[in-house]
Amino acid sequence: MTVNEAAKIIGASILTEGTDTSREVREGYTCDLLSWVMAHGREGMAWITVQTHMNVIAVASLHDMACVIIPEGISVEADVLGKAAEEGISVLSSRLTAFEICGRLTQAGIGAC
Amino acid sequence: MSILKEEFPVEAMDFVTAGEASAQIKRLLKKLGVDAGVIRRLSIACYEAEINLVIHSDGGKLVLEVDSNEVTLISEDVGPGIPDIDLAMTEGYSTASEDVRMMGFGAGMGLANMARNADRFDISSKVGEGTTIKMYFSL
Ligand SMILES: Nc1ncnc2c1ncn2[C@@H]1O[C@H](COP(=O)(O)OP(=O)(O)O)[C@@H](O)[C@H]1O
Ligand SMILES: [Mg+2]
Repeated sequence: MTVNEAAKIIGASILTEGTDTSREVREGYTCDLLSWVMAHGREGMAWITVQTHMNVIAVASLHDMACVIIPEGISVEADVLGKAAEEGISVLSSRLTAFEICGRLTQAGIGAC
Repeated sequence: MSILKEEFPVEAMDFVTAGEASAQIKRLLKKLGVDAGVIRRLSIACYEAEINLVIHSDGGKLVLEVDSNEVTLISEDVGPGIPDIDLAMTEGYSTASEDVRMMGFGAGMGLANMARNADRFDISSKVGEGTTIKMYFSL
């Protein structure tokens, strides 16, 4: 499934401009502890987190993740989105909770790592 | 024989550029054609070291050295040091402040992640002076 297709399933808007949303999402993960994600993150992952600061992009980029998904409509600052675009990481925003996002994406066939 | 040696300064409590040095190091190693598995392990260890410099030290640097059969990554800082290294290495132990934890740092997994991902891991610290961590990755 692509980032674009995943976005549709969870009713998300894509906040970043110019990133490759046709990228394949290989698996999903959710956690707000950065060290934990650093230890378990993988290439092509869709990562759901309520953290929205610059370091989320650093972690996603170090793992070459497919996208970061921000739940519950939490706002993300423009400079963070700018950095994400620069690094080629799509940032998605959904009104759903992390729990609902995981449920829908799992049902749609995205696996866990 | 050293192929490359480069230093990356890291500032204390600078959360905007935190992670930049690790990103730069990853790009450098990719350009040199280093094995993807080694890059992955080194990136994890490097990021944890960099974040520790940001949240625990008064400032320091990462030093990357690449030679034909090994990559060495050194984290050196000036700062409070670590009084009990065994305790600090215990997963879940963290002295990070509440503010820093709210950002998702301070899980107490950093040193353990470094030790797990490096082929060799050396840590030395002097209270009131600073901490030096040396990590080696075989090629
Ligand atoms: N460079 C450092 N300078 C001083 N103390 C450090 C340093 N690195 C680690 N520590 C100490 O070791 C503890 C554990 O570090 P770590 O495993 O990275 O967990 P965390 O950074 O999440 O607290 C820290 O909470 C801190 O007390
Ligand atoms: Mg740490």
